[in-house]
Amino acid sequence: MLIITLLFVFILAGFVGYFVITRVPPLLHTPLMSATNAISGISLVGSLVLAGSDRGNVATWLGFIAVTAATINVVGGFLITDRMLKMFKQRLPGGGEGGKDAAKTDAGGR
Amino acid sequence: MLALLLQVPEHAAPGAAASVGLREGLIQATYLAASVLFILGLYSLTKPARAQRGMQLAALGMLVAIVGTLANEHIVRYEWIAGGLLLGAAIGYPLGMFVPMTAMPQRIAVSHMFGALAATLVGVAEFQILGGQVPHATMAALGFEVMFGALTITGSFMAFGKLQGFVTGTPVTWRGQNAINLTLFAATFGIFVYLVASPDHPALFYAMVAMSLAIGVLMVLPIGGADMPVVVSLLNSYAGLAASATGFAIGNTVLIICGALDGASGFLLSVLMSKAMNRSFGNVLFGAFGAAPTASAALAEGDRTVRSVTAEDVAVQLAYAREVIVVPGYGMAVAQCQHQVRELASLVEKRGGTVRYAIHPVAGRMPGHMNVLLAEANVPYDRLYDLEEINDKFEQADVVLVIGANDVVNPAARTDPSSPIFGMPILNVDQAKSIIVLKRSMAAGYSGVENELFYHERCAMLFGDAKTSVQTLIGDIKEV
Repeated sequence: MLIITLLFVFILAGFVGYFVITRVPPLLHTPLMSATNAISGISLVGSLVLAGSDRGNVATWLGFIAVTAATINVVGGFLITDRMLKMFKQRLPGGGEGGKDAAKTDAGGR
Repeated sequence: MLALLLQVPEHAAPGAAASVGLREGLIQATYLAASVLFILGLYSLTKPARAQRGMQLAALGMLVAIVGTLANEHIVRYEWIAGGLLLGAAIGYPLGMFVPMTAMPQRIAVSHMFGALAATLVGVAEFQILGGQVPHATMAALGFEVMFGALTITGSFMAFGKLQGFVTGTPVTWRGQNAINLTLFAATFGIFVYLVASPDHPALFYAMVAMSLAIGVLMVLPIGGADMPVVVSLLNSYAGLAASATGFAIGNTVLIICGALDGASGFLLSVLMSKAMNRSFGNVLFGAFGAAPTASAALAEGDRTVRSVTAEDVAVQLAYAREVIVVPGYGMAVAQCQHQVRELASLVEKRGGTVRYAIHPVAGRMPGHMNVLLAEANVPYDRLYDLEEINDKFEQADVVLVIGANDVVNPAARTDPSSPIFGMPILNVDQAKSIIVLKRSMAAGYSGVENELFYHERCAMLFGDAKTSVQTLIGDIKEV
Protein backbone atom coordinates (compact mmCIF):
# COMPACT_ATOMS: atom_id res chain seq x y z
CA MET A 1 0.00 0.00 0.00
CA LEU A 2 1.18 3.49 -0.76
CA ILE A 3 2.18 5.69 2.13
CA ILE A 4 -0.32 8.28 0.93
CA THR A 5 -3.17 5.73 1.14
CA LEU A 6 -2.13 4.95 4.71
CA LEU A 7 -2.09 8.67 5.46
CA PHE A 8 -5.68 8.91 4.21
CA VAL A 9 -6.64 6.14 6.61
CA PHE A 10 -4.78 7.81 9.50
CA ILE A 11 -6.22 11.27 9.00
CA LEU A 12 -9.80 10.07 8.45
CA ALA A 13 -9.66 7.72 11.45
CA GLY A 14 -8.31 10.62 13.50
CA PHE A 15 -11.31 12.74 12.51
CA VAL A 16 -13.75 9.95 13.32
CA GLY A 17 -12.04 9.53 16.69
CA TYR A 18 -12.15 13.25 17.39
CA PHE A 19 -15.85 13.62 16.64
CA VAL A 20 -16.91 10.45 18.45
CA ILE A 21 -14.82 11.19 21.53
CA THR A 22 -15.97 14.81 21.76
CA ARG A 23 -19.41 13.39 22.51
CA VAL A 24 -18.26 11.13 25.34
CA PRO A 25 -19.45 12.76 28.61
CA PRO A 26 -16.84 13.58 31.31
CA LEU A 27 -18.65 10.99 33.42
CA LEU A 28 -17.08 8.24 31.32
CA HIS A 29 -13.64 9.72 30.73
CA THR A 30 -11.84 7.11 32.82
CA PRO A 31 -13.57 4.17 31.07
CA LEU A 32 -12.77 5.96 27.79
CA MET A 33 -9.07 5.91 28.63
CA SER A 34 -9.10 2.24 29.54
CA ALA A 35 -11.19 1.45 26.45
CA THR A 36 -8.83 3.17 24.03
CA ASN A 37 -6.02 1.39 25.83
CA ALA A 38 -7.61 -1.99 25.33
CA ILE A 39 -8.30 -1.19 21.68
CA SER A 40 -4.74 -0.05 21.06
CA GLY A 41 -3.75 -3.53 22.23
CA ILE A 42 -4.40 -4.24 18.54
CA SER A 43 -0.64 -3.82 18.15
CA LEU A 44 -0.89 -7.49 19.10
CA VAL A 45 -1.49 -8.26 15.40
CA GLY A 46 1.95 -6.89 14.54
CA SER A 47 3.57 -8.69 17.46
CA LEU A 48 1.95 -12.04 16.58
CA VAL A 49 3.43 -12.04 13.08
CA LEU A 50 6.82 -11.11 14.54
CA ALA A 51 6.77 -13.88 17.15
CA GLY A 52 5.51 -16.51 14.72
CA SER A 53 7.57 -15.94 11.60
CA ASP A 54 11.05 -17.38 11.38
CA ARG A 55 13.14 -14.25 11.10
CA GLY A 56 15.91 -14.85 13.61
CA ASN A 57 16.10 -15.37 17.35
CA VAL A 58 16.19 -11.69 18.24
CA ALA A 59 13.00 -11.02 16.28
CA THR A 60 11.26 -14.01 17.86
CA TRP A 61 12.22 -12.96 21.38
CA LEU A 62 11.23 -9.34 20.87
CA GLY A 63 8.02 -10.62 19.29
CA PHE A 64 7.34 -12.86 22.29
CA ILE A 65 7.73 -9.97 24.76
CA ALA A 66 5.61 -7.73 22.52
CA VAL A 67 2.86 -10.37 22.32
CA THR A 68 2.92 -10.65 26.12
CA ALA A 69 2.74 -6.87 26.67
CA ALA A 70 -0.03 -6.36 24.11
CA THR A 71 -2.04 -9.30 25.49
CA ILE A 72 -1.84 -7.80 28.99
CA ASN A 73 -3.49 -4.67 27.59
CA VAL A 74 -6.11 -6.53 25.61
CA VAL A 75 -7.17 -8.89 28.40
CA GLY A 76 -6.72 -6.49 31.30
CA GLY A 77 -8.02 -3.48 29.37
CA PHE A 78 -11.30 -4.97 28.21
CA LEU A 79 -11.96 -6.61 31.59
CA ILE A 80 -11.41 -3.45 33.61
CA THR A 81 -13.43 -1.35 31.16
CA ASP A 82 -16.27 -3.83 31.51
CA ARG A 83 -16.04 -3.68 35.31
CA MET A 84 -16.25 0.11 35.29
CA LEU A 85 -19.07 0.32 32.76
CA LYS A 86 -21.07 -2.19 34.77
CA MET A 87 -20.97 0.28 37.69
CA PHE A 88 -22.27 3.07 35.47
CA LYS A 89 -25.14 0.93 34.25
CA GLN A 90 -26.56 0.46 37.71
CA ARG A 91 -29.98 1.54 38.89
CA LEU A 92 -31.13 5.05 38.24
CA PRO A 93 -33.79 6.29 40.64
CA GLY A 94 -36.10 8.74 38.93
CA GLY A 95 -35.71 6.84 35.67
CA GLY A 96 -33.46 9.34 33.92
CA GLU A 97 -31.79 8.74 30.61
CA GLY A 98 -31.05 5.08 30.14
CA GLY A 99 -33.35 4.05 33.00
CA LYS A 100 -34.92 1.40 30.81
CA ASP A 101 -31.65 -0.37 30.19
CA ALA A 102 -30.75 -0.11 33.84
CA ALA A 103 -34.02 -1.78 34.80
CA LYS A 104 -33.24 -4.57 32.39
CA THR A 105 -29.89 -5.08 34.09
CA ASP A 106 -31.54 -5.36 37.47
CA ALA A 107 -33.90 -7.97 36.09
CA GLY A 108 -30.84 -9.74 34.77
CA GLY A 109 -29.84 -10.56 38.32
CA ARG A 110 -27.15 -7.99 38.96
CA MET B 1 6.29 -6.97 6.08
CA LEU B 2 5.01 -4.53 3.48
CA ALA B 3 7.89 -5.48 1.20
CA LEU B 4 7.33 -9.17 1.87
CA LEU B 5 3.64 -8.92 1.00
CA LEU B 6 4.41 -7.26 -2.30
CA GLN B 7 7.02 -9.88 -3.17
CA VAL B 8 4.84 -12.89 -2.65
CA PRO B 9 3.01 -13.02 -5.99
CA GLU B 10 6.27 -12.61 -7.91
CA HIS B 11 7.93 -15.88 -6.97
CA ALA B 12 4.91 -17.99 -6.19
CA ALA B 13 3.04 -20.18 -8.65
CA PRO B 14 -0.15 -18.56 -10.07
CA GLY B 15 -2.40 -20.96 -8.14
CA ALA B 16 -0.59 -20.30 -4.86
CA ALA B 17 -0.78 -16.56 -5.51
CA ALA B 18 -4.55 -16.80 -5.86
CA SER B 19 -4.92 -18.69 -2.59
CA VAL B 20 -2.56 -16.26 -0.88
CA GLY B 21 -4.71 -13.43 -2.26
CA LEU B 22 -7.86 -15.04 -0.92
CA ARG B 23 -6.32 -15.65 2.49
CA GLU B 24 -4.98 -12.10 2.65
CA GLY B 25 -8.43 -10.84 1.64
CA LEU B 26 -10.05 -12.76 4.49
CA ILE B 27 -7.50 -11.42 6.99
CA GLN B 28 -8.16 -7.88 5.79
CA ALA B 29 -11.91 -8.54 6.16
CA THR B 30 -11.42 -9.44 9.83
CA TYR B 31 -9.44 -6.20 10.26
CA LEU B 32 -12.22 -4.20 8.65
CA ALA B 33 -14.81 -5.84 10.92
CA ALA B 34 -12.61 -5.14 13.94
CA SER B 35 -12.19 -1.46 12.97
CA VAL B 36 -15.94 -1.00 12.62
CA LEU B 37 -16.62 -2.71 15.97
CA PHE B 38 -13.96 -0.56 17.69
CA ILE B 39 -15.50 2.67 16.42
CA LEU B 40 -18.98 1.48 17.41
CA GLY B 41 -17.59 0.54 20.83
CA LEU B 42 -16.17 4.01 21.38
CA TYR B 43 -19.40 5.53 20.09
CA SER B 44 -21.34 3.51 22.67
CA LEU B 45 -19.41 5.39 25.37
CA THR B 46 -21.51 8.46 24.58
CA LYS B 47 -24.42 6.72 26.40
CA PRO B 48 -23.60 5.25 29.84
CA ALA B 49 -26.40 2.70 29.71
CA ARG B 50 -25.26 1.24 26.37
CA ALA B 51 -21.55 1.52 26.95
CA GLN B 52 -20.95 -1.90 28.47
CA ARG B 53 -22.63 -3.71 25.59
CA GLY B 54 -20.76 -1.62 23.04
CA MET B 55 -17.37 -2.35 24.55
CA GLN B 56 -18.17 -6.06 24.65
CA LEU B 57 -18.69 -5.84 20.90
CA ALA B 58 -15.32 -4.11 20.61
CA ALA B 59 -13.75 -6.99 22.54
CA LEU B 60 -15.34 -9.36 20.02
CA GLY B 61 -13.77 -7.27 17.28
CA MET B 62 -10.39 -7.76 18.93
CA LEU B 63 -10.89 -11.53 19.02
CA VAL B 64 -11.83 -11.57 15.32
CA ALA B 65 -8.71 -9.58 14.42
CA ILE B 66 -6.46 -11.90 16.46
CA VAL B 67 -7.92 -15.04 14.88
CA GLY B 68 -7.55 -13.44 11.45
CA THR B 69 -3.91 -12.62 12.13
CA LEU B 70 -3.11 -16.18 13.16
CA ALA B 71 -3.95 -17.21 9.58
CA ASN B 72 -1.15 -14.96 8.29
CA GLU B 73 1.02 -16.94 5.86
CA HIS B 74 4.25 -15.67 7.42
CA ILE B 75 3.48 -17.33 10.72
CA VAL B 76 5.24 -20.67 10.61
CA ARG B 77 5.36 -21.63 14.28
CA TYR B 78 3.03 -21.05 17.13
CA GLU B 79 4.90 -21.98 20.33
CA TRP B 80 6.14 -18.43 21.07
CA ILE B 81 2.78 -16.97 20.13
CA ALA B 82 0.96 -19.34 22.47
CA GLY B 83 3.47 -18.64 25.25
CA GLY B 84 3.09 -14.88 24.91
CA LEU B 85 -0.70 -15.04 24.77
CA LEU B 86 -0.86 -17.27 27.85
CA LEU B 87 1.63 -15.22 29.87
CA GLY B 88 -0.06 -11.96 28.85
CA ALA B 89 -3.49 -13.29 29.76
CA ALA B 90 -2.18 -14.58 33.11
CA ILE B 91 -0.83 -11.10 33.96
CA GLY B 92 -3.70 -9.19 32.34
CA TYR B 93 -6.52 -11.05 34.07
CA PRO B 94 -5.69 -9.95 37.65
CA LEU B 95 -4.87 -6.43 36.35
CA GLY B 96 -8.37 -6.33 34.92
CA MET B 97 -10.37 -8.09 37.61
CA PHE B 98 -8.76 -7.34 40.97
CA VAL B 99 -7.25 -3.85 40.79
CA PRO B 100 -9.40 -1.63 43.04
CA MET B 101 -11.04 1.47 41.59
CA THR B 102 -8.95 3.64 43.92
CA ALA B 103 -5.82 2.44 42.09
CA MET B 104 -7.25 3.27 38.67
CA PRO B 105 -4.90 6.18 37.79
CA GLN B 106 -1.75 4.09 38.24
CA ARG B 107 -3.43 1.13 36.55
CA ILE B 108 -4.12 3.27 33.46
CA ALA B 109 -0.58 4.66 33.50
CA VAL B 110 0.99 1.21 33.58
CA SER B 111 -1.15 0.02 30.68
CA HIS B 112 0.17 2.87 28.53
CA MET B 113 3.59 1.45 29.32
CA PHE B 114 2.70 -2.05 28.08
CA GLY B 115 1.13 -0.68 24.89
CA ALA B 116 4.16 1.44 24.11
CA LEU B 117 6.51 -1.46 24.93
CA ALA B 118 4.80 -3.69 22.36
CA ALA B 119 4.97 -0.99 19.67
CA THR B 120 8.62 -0.15 20.40
CA LEU B 121 9.77 -3.78 20.35
CA VAL B 122 8.03 -4.40 17.02
CA GLY B 123 9.79 -1.31 15.66
CA VAL B 124 13.21 -2.38 16.90
CA ALA B 125 12.71 -5.90 15.51
CA GLU B 126 11.61 -4.59 12.10
CA PHE B 127 14.73 -2.42 11.94
CA GLN B 128 16.92 -5.33 12.94
CA ILE B 129 15.29 -7.67 10.38
CA LEU B 130 15.62 -5.19 7.52
CA GLY B 131 19.33 -4.93 8.41
CA GLY B 132 20.36 -1.69 6.80
CA GLN B 133 18.06 -2.13 3.81
CA VAL B 134 15.38 0.12 5.26
CA PRO B 135 13.47 2.23 2.71
CA HIS B 136 13.34 5.93 3.66
CA ALA B 137 9.58 6.02 4.19
CA THR B 138 9.67 2.91 6.38
CA MET B 139 12.53 4.45 8.35
CA ALA B 140 10.43 7.55 9.00
CA ALA B 141 7.59 5.38 10.31
CA LEU B 142 9.95 3.23 12.41
CA GLY B 143 11.58 6.36 13.80
CA PHE B 144 8.30 7.85 14.95
CA GLU B 145 7.31 4.46 16.31
CA VAL B 146 10.35 3.94 18.52
CA MET B 147 10.61 7.62 19.58
CA PHE B 148 6.99 7.92 20.73
CA GLY B 149 7.06 4.36 22.01
CA ALA B 150 10.26 4.64 24.04
CA LEU B 151 9.39 7.96 25.69
CA THR B 152 5.94 6.61 26.54
CA ILE B 153 7.46 3.50 28.17
CA THR B 154 9.59 5.45 30.63
CA GLY B 155 7.21 8.40 30.90
CA SER B 156 4.32 6.12 31.84
CA PHE B 157 6.52 4.25 34.28
CA MET B 158 7.43 7.54 35.97
CA ALA B 159 3.75 8.57 36.04
CA PHE B 160 2.95 5.16 37.52
CA GLY B 161 5.63 5.71 40.15
CA LYS B 162 4.32 9.14 41.07
CA LEU B 163 0.74 7.89 41.35
CA GLN B 164 1.74 4.75 43.26
CA GLY B 165 3.98 6.83 45.52
CA PHE B 166 7.44 5.35 44.96
CA VAL B 167 8.52 8.41 42.98
CA THR B 168 7.97 11.75 44.69
CA GLY B 169 4.77 13.47 43.65
CA THR B 170 6.29 16.91 44.02
CA PRO B 171 7.95 18.38 40.93
CA VAL B 172 11.66 17.55 40.69
CA THR B 173 13.44 20.52 39.18
CA TRP B 174 16.96 21.80 38.74
CA ARG B 175 18.70 24.71 37.10
CA GLY B 176 18.69 24.69 33.32
CA GLN B 177 16.28 21.78 33.26
CA ASN B 178 14.23 23.02 30.34
CA ALA B 179 17.35 23.87 28.36
CA ILE B 180 18.78 20.38 28.91
CA ASN B 181 15.48 18.72 27.98
CA LEU B 182 15.07 20.80 24.85
CA THR B 183 18.65 20.11 23.78
CA LEU B 184 18.16 16.38 24.25
CA PHE B 185 14.89 16.53 22.34
CA ALA B 186 16.48 18.47 19.48
CA ALA B 187 19.43 16.05 19.33
CA THR B 188 17.08 13.05 19.21
CA PHE B 189 15.03 14.61 16.46
CA GLY B 190 18.25 15.47 14.60
CA ILE B 191 19.30 11.81 14.67
CA PHE B 192 15.85 10.84 13.42
CA VAL B 193 16.11 13.19 10.43
CA TYR B 194 19.62 11.91 9.66
CA LEU B 195 18.43 8.29 9.85
CA VAL B 196 15.59 8.93 7.42
CA ALA B 197 18.13 10.32 4.95
CA SER B 198 20.62 7.46 5.49
CA PRO B 199 19.04 4.54 7.37
CA ASP B 200 22.08 2.27 7.45
CA HIS B 201 23.32 3.37 10.90
CA PRO B 202 22.19 0.85 13.53
CA ALA B 203 24.24 2.50 16.28
CA LEU B 204 22.46 5.80 15.73
CA PHE B 205 19.11 4.03 15.69
CA TYR B 206 19.71 2.43 19.08
CA ALA B 207 21.08 5.72 20.42
CA MET B 208 17.82 7.34 19.35
CA VAL B 209 15.86 4.68 21.27
CA ALA B 210 18.00 5.22 24.38
CA MET B 211 17.66 9.00 24.20
CA SER B 212 13.89 8.72 23.82
CA LEU B 213 13.81 6.55 26.93
CA ALA B 214 15.72 9.29 28.78
CA ILE B 215 13.33 11.97 27.47
CA GLY B 216 10.38 10.06 28.95
CA VAL B 217 11.95 10.15 32.44
CA LEU B 218 13.04 13.80 32.22
CA MET B 219 9.69 14.88 30.83
CA VAL B 220 7.63 13.53 33.73
CA LEU B 221 10.03 14.25 36.64
CA PRO B 222 9.24 17.99 36.87
CA ILE B 223 5.47 17.45 36.70
CA GLY B 224 3.55 17.49 39.96
CA GLY B 225 0.84 15.13 41.17
CA ALA B 226 -2.15 17.34 40.43
CA ASP B 227 -1.03 17.79 36.82
CA MET B 228 -1.22 14.03 36.31
CA PRO B 229 -4.58 14.19 34.47
CA VAL B 230 -2.87 16.06 31.63
CA VAL B 231 0.21 13.83 31.62
CA VAL B 232 -1.72 10.56 31.69
CA SER B 233 -3.92 11.79 28.81
CA LEU B 234 -0.90 12.93 26.85
CA LEU B 235 0.84 9.56 27.31
CA ASN B 236 -2.38 7.90 26.16
CA SER B 237 -2.10 9.94 23.00
CA TYR B 238 1.60 9.07 22.50
CA ALA B 239 0.93 5.36 22.95
CA GLY B 240 -1.70 5.66 20.22
CA LEU B 241 0.64 7.51 17.88
CA ALA B 242 3.30 4.83 18.41
CA ALA B 243 0.76 2.14 17.47
CA SER B 244 -0.24 4.14 14.40
CA ALA B 245 3.39 4.48 13.33
CA THR B 246 3.73 0.70 13.68
CA GLY B 247 0.85 0.43 11.23
CA PHE B 248 2.71 2.65 8.76
CA ALA B 249 5.92 0.65 9.17
CA ILE B 250 4.33 -2.74 8.53
CA GLY B 251 1.55 -1.55 6.19
CA ASN B 252 -1.32 -2.54 8.49
CA THR B 253 -4.46 -0.40 8.35
CA VAL B 254 -6.20 -1.66 11.49
CA LEU B 255 -3.17 -0.59 13.54
CA ILE B 256 -3.25 2.84 11.95
CA ILE B 257 -6.97 3.23 12.65
CA CYS B 258 -6.75 2.14 16.29
CA GLY B 259 -3.67 4.24 16.88
CA ALA B 260 -5.40 7.27 15.40
CA LEU B 261 -8.48 6.71 17.60
CA ASP B 262 -6.28 6.33 20.67
CA GLY B 263 -4.17 9.33 19.71
CA ALA B 264 -7.21 11.53 19.09
CA SER B 265 -8.80 10.47 22.37
CA GLY B 266 -5.69 11.16 24.44
CA PHE B 267 -5.08 14.47 22.71
CA LEU B 268 -8.66 15.62 23.23
CA LEU B 269 -8.59 14.65 26.91
CA SER B 270 -5.32 16.47 27.53
CA VAL B 271 -6.69 19.60 25.86
CA LEU B 272 -9.83 19.39 28.03
CA MET B 273 -7.73 18.93 31.17
CA SER B 274 -5.44 21.84 30.32
CA LYS B 275 -8.46 24.05 29.68
CA ALA B 276 -9.95 23.06 33.02
CA MET B 277 -6.78 24.40 34.64
CA ASN B 278 -6.66 27.45 32.38
CA ARG B 279 -3.13 26.52 31.36
CA SER B 280 -1.47 25.75 28.08
CA PHE B 281 0.11 22.40 27.23
CA GLY B 282 3.52 24.02 27.32
CA ASN B 283 2.88 25.42 30.76
CA VAL B 284 1.97 22.00 32.14
CA LEU B 285 4.97 20.30 30.54
CA PHE B 286 7.61 22.94 31.20
CA GLY B 287 6.08 25.10 33.91
CA ALA B 288 6.69 22.84 36.95
CA PHE B 289 3.66 24.39 38.61
CA GLY B 290 3.89 24.59 42.36
CA ALA B 291 7.67 24.29 42.43
CA ALA B 292 7.96 27.89 43.58
CA PRO B 293 4.74 28.74 45.35
CA THR B 294 4.02 32.42 44.96
CA ALA B 295 1.75 32.96 47.91
CA SER B 296 -0.48 35.93 47.40
CA ALA B 297 0.94 38.58 49.72
CA ALA B 298 -2.38 40.25 50.36
CA LEU B 299 -3.75 37.00 51.70
CA ALA B 300 -0.78 35.86 53.73
CA GLU B 301 -0.79 39.08 55.71
CA GLY B 302 -3.51 40.20 58.07
CA ASP B 303 -4.96 38.19 60.89
CA ARG B 304 -8.10 36.84 59.38
CA THR B 305 -9.22 33.70 61.08
CA VAL B 306 -11.07 30.68 59.90
CA ARG B 307 -14.18 29.40 61.63
CA SER B 308 -14.05 25.83 62.84
CA VAL B 309 -17.17 23.77 63.53
CA THR B 310 -17.93 20.54 65.30
CA ALA B 311 -19.35 17.49 63.60
CA GLU B 312 -22.60 17.83 65.62
CA ASP B 313 -23.23 21.31 64.16
CA VAL B 314 -22.62 20.08 60.63
CA ALA B 315 -24.88 17.07 61.20
CA VAL B 316 -27.74 19.36 62.32
CA GLN B 317 -27.26 21.56 59.24
CA LEU B 318 -27.29 18.52 56.95
CA ALA B 319 -30.30 16.97 58.65
CA TYR B 320 -32.49 19.99 57.95
CA ALA B 321 -31.05 20.92 54.54
CA ARG B 322 -33.20 20.65 51.42
CA GLU B 323 -30.42 21.02 48.86
CA VAL B 324 -26.97 19.58 49.54
CA ILE B 325 -24.07 19.61 47.07
CA VAL B 326 -20.99 17.49 47.69
CA VAL B 327 -17.73 18.63 46.08
CA PRO B 328 -15.22 15.74 46.11
CA GLY B 329 -11.52 16.18 45.41
CA TYR B 330 -8.31 14.20 45.50
CA GLY B 331 -8.54 14.18 49.33
CA MET B 332 -11.60 11.94 49.09
CA ALA B 333 -9.64 9.50 46.93
CA VAL B 334 -6.73 9.51 49.39
CA ALA B 335 -9.01 8.96 52.40
CA GLN B 336 -10.96 6.37 50.35
CA CYS B 337 -14.18 7.56 51.98
CA GLN B 338 -16.47 7.45 48.92
CA HIS B 339 -18.59 4.70 50.54
CA GLN B 340 -19.04 6.75 53.74
CA VAL B 341 -19.94 9.81 51.67
CA ARG B 342 -22.58 7.78 49.88
CA GLU B 343 -23.96 6.53 53.22
CA LEU B 344 -24.12 10.07 54.57
CA ALA B 345 -25.92 11.20 51.41
CA SER B 346 -28.57 8.49 51.71
CA LEU B 347 -29.21 9.54 55.33
CA VAL B 348 -29.75 13.13 54.15
CA GLU B 349 -32.04 11.87 51.39
CA LYS B 350 -33.99 9.77 53.88
CA ARG B 351 -34.77 12.98 55.75
CA GLY B 352 -36.10 14.59 52.58
CA GLY B 353 -33.10 16.47 51.25
CA THR B 354 -31.56 16.06 47.82
CA VAL B 355 -27.84 15.44 47.38
CA ARG B 356 -25.95 16.26 44.24
CA TYR B 357 -22.25 15.87 43.44
CA ALA B 358 -20.29 18.58 41.67
CA ILE B 359 -17.34 17.16 39.74
CA HIS B 360 -14.58 19.47 38.52
CA PRO B 361 -12.83 18.14 35.39
CA VAL B 362 -9.42 18.03 37.07
CA ALA B 363 -10.54 16.79 40.49
CA GLY B 364 -8.36 13.78 41.23
CA ARG B 365 -5.48 12.34 39.29
CA MET B 366 -6.98 11.42 35.93
CA PRO B 367 -9.95 12.42 33.76
CA GLY B 368 -13.14 11.09 35.33
CA HIS B 369 -11.42 9.93 38.54
CA MET B 370 -14.16 11.14 40.92
CA ASN B 371 -16.93 9.68 38.74
CA VAL B 372 -15.40 6.22 38.89
CA LEU B 373 -14.91 6.35 42.66
CA LEU B 374 -18.47 7.50 43.33
CA ALA B 375 -19.91 4.99 40.87
CA GLU B 376 -18.02 2.29 42.76
CA ALA B 377 -19.80 3.46 45.92
CA ASN B 378 -23.13 2.99 44.09
CA VAL B 379 -23.88 6.67 43.66
CA PRO B 380 -26.32 6.79 40.71
CA TYR B 381 -24.67 8.65 37.83
CA ASP B 382 -27.53 11.08 37.34
CA ARG B 383 -26.50 12.59 40.69
CA LEU B 384 -23.05 13.48 39.29
CA TYR B 385 -22.88 16.92 37.69
CA ASP B 386 -20.21 18.59 35.56
CA LEU B 387 -18.92 22.06 36.26
CA GLU B 388 -21.19 23.75 33.69
CA GLU B 389 -24.28 21.85 34.76
CA ILE B 390 -24.03 22.63 38.46
CA ASN B 391 -22.42 26.05 38.73
CA ASP B 392 -25.73 27.96 38.73
CA LYS B 393 -27.18 25.57 41.34
CA PHE B 394 -24.87 26.61 44.19
CA GLU B 395 -26.99 29.70 44.95
CA GLN B 396 -29.90 27.49 45.96
CA ALA B 397 -27.80 25.03 47.94
CA ASP B 398 -28.37 25.04 51.69
CA VAL B 399 -25.15 23.21 52.47
CA VAL B 400 -22.09 22.51 50.36
CA LEU B 401 -19.72 19.83 51.61
CA VAL B 402 -16.20 20.24 50.21
CA ILE B 403 -14.37 16.95 50.75
CA GLY B 404 -10.67 17.05 50.02
CA ALA B 405 -10.91 19.64 47.24
CA ASN B 406 -9.01 22.91 47.37
CA ASP B 407 -7.84 24.78 44.27
CA VAL B 408 -10.96 23.89 42.26
CA VAL B 409 -13.14 25.84 44.73
CA ASN B 410 -10.84 28.84 45.29
CA PRO B 411 -12.76 32.04 44.46
CA ALA B 412 -9.42 33.79 43.84
CA ALA B 413 -9.49 32.17 40.39
CA ARG B 414 -12.45 34.44 39.65
CA THR B 415 -11.59 37.57 41.58
CA ASP B 416 -7.84 37.99 42.10
CA PRO B 417 -5.89 38.70 38.89
CA SER B 418 -2.60 38.36 40.80
CA SER B 419 -3.36 34.76 41.77
CA PRO B 420 -1.46 32.03 39.87
CA ILE B 421 -4.72 30.20 39.32
CA PHE B 422 -6.59 33.30 38.08
CA GLY B 423 -8.86 32.43 35.15
CA MET B 424 -9.16 28.74 35.97
CA PRO B 425 -12.82 27.66 35.83
CA ILE B 426 -13.90 26.83 39.38
CA LEU B 427 -16.96 25.53 41.18
CA ASN B 428 -18.80 28.54 42.63
CA VAL B 429 -19.29 27.04 46.07
CA ASP B 430 -18.94 30.47 47.73
CA GLN B 431 -22.47 31.29 46.52
CA ALA B 432 -24.05 28.64 48.74
CA LYS B 433 -25.86 29.47 51.97
CA SER B 434 -23.45 27.42 54.06
CA ILE B 435 -20.11 25.93 53.11
CA ILE B 436 -18.44 23.17 55.12
CA VAL B 437 -14.87 22.25 54.20
CA LEU B 438 -13.55 18.88 55.37
CA LYS B 439 -9.81 19.28 55.59
CA ARG B 440 -6.92 17.76 57.46
CA SER B 441 -5.14 21.04 58.23
CA MET B 442 -4.76 24.58 56.96
CA ALA B 443 -2.03 23.57 54.48
CA ALA B 444 -2.27 25.26 51.08
CA GLY B 445 -3.53 23.35 48.07
CA TYR B 446 -1.40 21.84 45.35
CA SER B 447 -0.82 25.15 43.61
CA GLY B 448 0.59 26.57 46.86
CA VAL B 449 -2.06 29.27 46.81
CA GLU B 450 -3.99 30.06 49.95
CA ASN B 451 -7.70 29.54 49.60
CA GLU B 452 -9.86 32.65 50.14
CA LEU B 453 -12.87 30.42 50.52
CA PHE B 454 -11.75 29.34 53.99
CA TYR B 455 -12.03 32.94 55.22
CA HIS B 456 -15.47 33.38 53.70
CA GLU B 457 -18.16 34.49 56.17
CA ARG B 458 -20.42 31.54 55.34
CA CYS B 459 -17.62 29.00 55.35
CA ALA B 460 -16.69 26.74 58.25
CA MET B 461 -13.95 24.16 58.57
CA LEU B 462 -14.37 20.63 59.88
CA PHE B 463 -10.79 19.58 60.59
CA GLY B 464 -9.65 15.98 60.62
CA ASP B 465 -9.21 12.96 58.39
CA ALA B 466 -12.02 12.92 55.82
CA LYS B 467 -13.00 9.33 56.49
CA THR B 468 -13.20 9.81 60.28
CA SER B 469 -15.07 13.10 59.87
CA VAL B 470 -17.67 11.61 57.55
CA GLN B 471 -18.08 8.59 59.84
CA THR B 472 -18.68 10.92 62.81
CA LEU B 473 -21.20 12.86 60.72
CA ILE B 474 -23.05 9.62 59.90
CA GLY B 475 -23.29 8.78 63.60
CA ASP B 476 -24.38 12.30 64.57
CA ILE B 477 -27.01 12.74 61.88
CA LYS B 478 -28.74 9.57 63.03
CA GLU B 479 -29.20 11.15 66.45
CA VAL B 480 -30.59 14.47 65.22
